[in-house]
Amino acid sequence: MDPLFAAAPFTGYVYPNETVFPWGVLIVVYPYLTGLVAGAFTVSSLYQVFGLKQLRPVAHFALVTSLCCMIVVPVPLLLHLGQPERAFNAVFTPHWSSAMAMFGYFAGFYIILLIIETWFVFRPYMVQQAQSRKDLLGRLYHVMCLGSYDLSDKAMRYDQKWIFALAILGIPGAHGLHGNVGFLFGSLKSREWWSSDLMPVIFLFSAIISGVALLIVLYVLSCKLRRVAVDIPCVKGMGYTLWGFMMFTLLLELVEFGSLLYKGREGIDMIMEFISTKLVVPFFVLQLSIGAVTAILILSFLFWRHITGRALVAGIMLSALLTLFSVLMMRFNVVIGGQEISKTGKGLLTFPWEIFGRDGILAAGSVLIAPLLLLLVMVRILPPWQDSPAAASH
Amino acid sequence: MDEKEQFGEGQAARRSFLGCLGTAVVGGAAAVAASAMLSNETRAAAVDAPPVPAIPGYDWSKHHWAFGVDATKCIGCLRCVEACKAENEVAPDAHHFRTWVERYVYLEGEDSARVDSQADPVNIEASGSEGKYRFANRYKDAKVDKAFFVPKLCNHCTHPACVQVCPTGATFKTDDGVVVIDHTYCIGCQYCVQACPYGARFFNEALKVTEKCTWCYHRITKGLLPACVEVCPVGARIFGDRNDKQSPISEFIKNNRVEVLKPETGNAPNVFYVGIDKEVS
Repeated sequence: MDPLFAAAPFTGYVYPNETVFPWGVLIVVYPYLTGLVAGAFTVSSLYQVFGLKQLRPVAHFALVTSLCCMIVVPVPLLLHLGQPERAFNAVFTPHWSSAMAMFGYFAGFYIILLIIETWFVFRPYMVQQAQSRKDLLGRLYHVMCLGSYDLSDKAMRYDQKWIFALAILGIPGAHGLHGNVGFLFGSLKSREWWSSDLMPVIFLFSAIISGVALLIVLYVLSCKLRRVAVDIPCVKGMGYTLWGFMMFTLLLELVEFGSLLYKGREGIDMIMEFISTKLVVPFFVLQLSIGAVTAILILSFLFWRHITGRALVAGIMLSALLTLFSVLMMRFNVVIGGQEISKTGKGLLTFPWEIFGRDGILAAGSVLIAPLLLLLVMVRILPPWQDSPAAASH
Repeated sequence: MDEKEQFGEGQAARRSFLGCLGTAVVGGAAAVAASAMLSNETRAAAVDAPPVPAIPGYDWSKHHWAFGVDATKCIGCLRCVEACKAENEVAPDAHHFRTWVERYVYLEGEDSARVDSQADPVNIEASGSEGKYRFANRYKDAKVDKAFFVPKLCNHCTHPACVQVCPTGATFKTDDGVVVIDHTYCIGCQYCVQACPYGARFFNEALKVTEKCTWCYHRITKGLLPACVEVCPVGARIFGDRNDKQSPISEFIKNNRVEVLKPETGNAPNVFYVGIDKEVS
């Protein structure tokens, strides 16, 4: 029989119960996905609420991407739970002082909002399809229209008001959701590595950059797959957004890091040992140098030298990929890194990697890919493309 | 005109019935209101009172349990750890403990203690089994300045961080001061395991729920001592009711300058220590 748990090797002194890690890679994926949800929604709102017209080609795509990620968000949590069939206990009979119980409400509120906004945004398309198609898909669109076939100017103006209001409401909704995830870690006083007031803010900003980066990558890929020209101003707009938010995120992370070291509270010696040994590769090399700093340098160079055309798209695409990687590493360094420092302040543990099994790399990787597969289906049912006429005729 | 003639016999009967019903409802409501006014305090108590545990002859509102550890007495025999495992059917391995014992050793010329517990691989190797525990004599060739043992367990905090974060309320603090877990309601998220600063909680892989020390709640509510206290050969573990001023724990707290672990967390533990050192946390 397979062992029920994987015991972590350690150095120094750790509490005996700490040798089994409570949270594994699934809980790394969970904040990563909620971050993508919040970030993608931000791009949609930049167009719908803040009027950044150059983001028009990705505005609807951002909404659909956010929805696909959000649908998958509960999956890593359910896979992780010991008793997943009791998950709704946290919603139906919540314990009000628990940040985790509140997550159910944030998630419930946000997914409903997202579905309603998506419905309003795609209503004209659904009506048109319902009225023109006679096949099974036509019937599906009929059902999706919910009996609302009015596409008059008055009805469309009414829809626009709803879309605007929902997009505004969605900003605190999406960011509340992800801020709550940051609070979930930052509010724990048991781990010095997590216990920071800046944690929710850092989670929020890193969420925005990961969502923008995901959209850059998916938009450019979708253009290649659909054989339409990439809208350069749109990609450049997202590049600028990424650049600005990345600077801020990096600064916040460094402030938090510096603050932790400067305060030097109990257990700092072990944290210093952690930083100078186990954290060198995942944090300094992967997350900071290769991920964040290289991405910022590439973007800075592109904008400084006024590079345009294919080189600009390739550069921004590369930066976006590095950003996605950097944020994933950030989630890893927070979730796993936090548990590698013993609560005793006298020892370090080594995370026992699993490949197969419920909390293994395969399961976590599958959960990460699931929103993309869902998106592939979704864009066929609700095409979000708003290419400029020039791009479409390419 | 007679009612029966005016509305017909059936209507009159219905009306009469409704009239009776109305009277009954009004009368009933008045009775309820009156009884509510008469016994307002009793009723409020019935609504607000926490559910009473179904333990015959046990009234949890009459007790205030607490635990004491006299580290100066502990000899590190680990009978407490084995008794706890047996009494509470804790997994017989080196990674799941409701209670454990730490050994602090200051070697000559060293400023900080070397710490280990019975779960350390060296000690497990010495015992020959993950289910049997002993401290290996690993410092026999070294010059020891100072050494002592510290038993550890759940602190049953007054402000327990584990209870605060539990999303379902499956873990809660009883009226008599014990933090327990309802295994039929726990969803196994392990947020409480993360929140506990003392490492007192662990995941029971067989039951798929979280587990921890309950001060042997099944025993103390029957007037028995927790298993670890019962077997301690030197009286290093003290347990009792703080409501009873003559109880061993009340005397222990009164007669000693007691400390708690990690007071800076604000959890306000209810395990009181005597004879621990600066490095114990």
